[in-house]
Amino acid sequence: MSMLHRHFILRITTKLLMPFILMFALYVQFHGDFGPGGGFQAGVIFGAGFILYALIYGIDAAEKVTPPGLIRAVMALGLLLYVGVGYFGMFLGGAFLDYNVLRHDPVHGQHLGITLVELGVGTTVAATMITVFFSFAGRMRRGKRPE
Amino acid sequence: MADFPGLFNYWIVIVLMMTGFYVVIARGNLVKKIVGLNIFQTSVFILYISMGKVDGGTAPIIVEGTVGAGVTYSNPLPHVLILTAIVVGIATTALGLALIVRIKEAYGTIEEDEIFAKDEPE
Amino acid sequence: MGIVRLDNLLAVVMLSGIYSLISAGLFVTLDAVDVAFTEASVGGGIATVLMLATLALTGDTEKQGKGKLQFMPLAVVAVTGALLIYGTLDMPSFGDAMAPIHQHVAPRYIAEAPQTTGIPNIVTSVLASYRGYDTMGELAVIFTAGIGVMLILGTGRRRDD
Repeated sequence: MSMLHRHFILRITTKLLMPFILMFALYVQFHGDFGPGGGFQAGVIFGAGFILYALIYGIDAAEKVTPPGLIRAVMALGLLLYVGVGYFGMFLGGAFLDYNVLRHDPVHGQHLGITLVELGVGTTVAATMITVFFSFAGRMRRGKRPE
Repeated sequence: MADFPGLFNYWIVIVLMMTGFYVVIARGNLVKKIVGLNIFQTSVFILYISMGKVDGGTAPIIVEGTVGAGVTYSNPLPHVLILTAIVVGIATTALGLALIVRIKEAYGTIEEDEIFAKDEPE
Repeated sequence: MGIVRLDNLLAVVMLSGIYSLISAGLFVTLDAVDVAFTEASVGGGIATVLMLATLALTGDTEKQGKGKLQFMPLAVVAVTGALLIYGTLDMPSFGDAMAPIHQHVAPRYIAEAPQTTGIPNIVTSVLASYRGYDTMGELAVIFTAGIGVMLILGTGRRRDD
């Protein structure tokens, strides 16, 4: 990774692009109700943003931004959020994953439920992508060192 | 054969699928087998999506004020199924690649016949 | 077809990335914008990066001398392909609105989804609401695959510090 330390253009372009990639991911996440997009795509784009950062600045810098432990926790949190929304609906008297009861108005309840569930999908997908990439990259770093 | 032009989408799918299948069974390199599986997988995606297409239809996103106005939409159900299938596909691909890395570390090669050859003498 | 013949795995991975992008374009013309979006970002982006990472770990040339066509697999593939093409002769033709796939639940989704969920994108509402169980299961699969990669390859931390 140290070879890339001199590539100013790549480094500065990455720095410029990062906010836009992450903003675009969030746009895809929350605009998925109205246009194409949703949790899966947003998660992948979000993860790709961090992977780009890790590729250009090195794994160590990326691990400072997104500590692997935190990412692993977020990975589980997304799934928990999804299942939690399901159980919360049950708690309020509906069926599992029944969003109608989340609000007084079924349509609003559906909308809220779908937004929350998509958020859960997005966080889990993004965290999984980053974790998988870190696993590969960590293996590469260990391979380079003499045993 | 009156249906001839109407079936071409299935034939494209079959050609792609068989390309992927050939790569999987004929080539010994494990990374190439994964690429072959991806081709196979994408051909199945194309099969589903092309079945969901309706003539003169548009993307299944309701435009304000056109409900019941005679706009035809393509079938959203295959889209949903394939959307999730793609992401699950990448997750399983990642798992397969991880296994390949471990196989390389254990055997020193990712060619299928060399791996078999190393297993034989024991 | 280059993918089948090439020995250089780097070129193979690049070609498969391009193939993903082309199929994403195809999905747009088939009205599946959500799917195209996913395919472009997943197939063209993440999959290529992961494959390159694997190649960096395993070396990027395939063993020489295997580039020639092998007849046994080719025969199997030809026979399977012929059978599948024979099977398609009964299928509904492309773009036919009366095909069985459009008769069962899809009309209900298109008619009801915007009213019951208040969301114009039918794909999103079907994904998260009507088929919530499916999506939850698939999320669990992704989560499990992530855990699997972590267990197989380690967590990316150095063991010796």
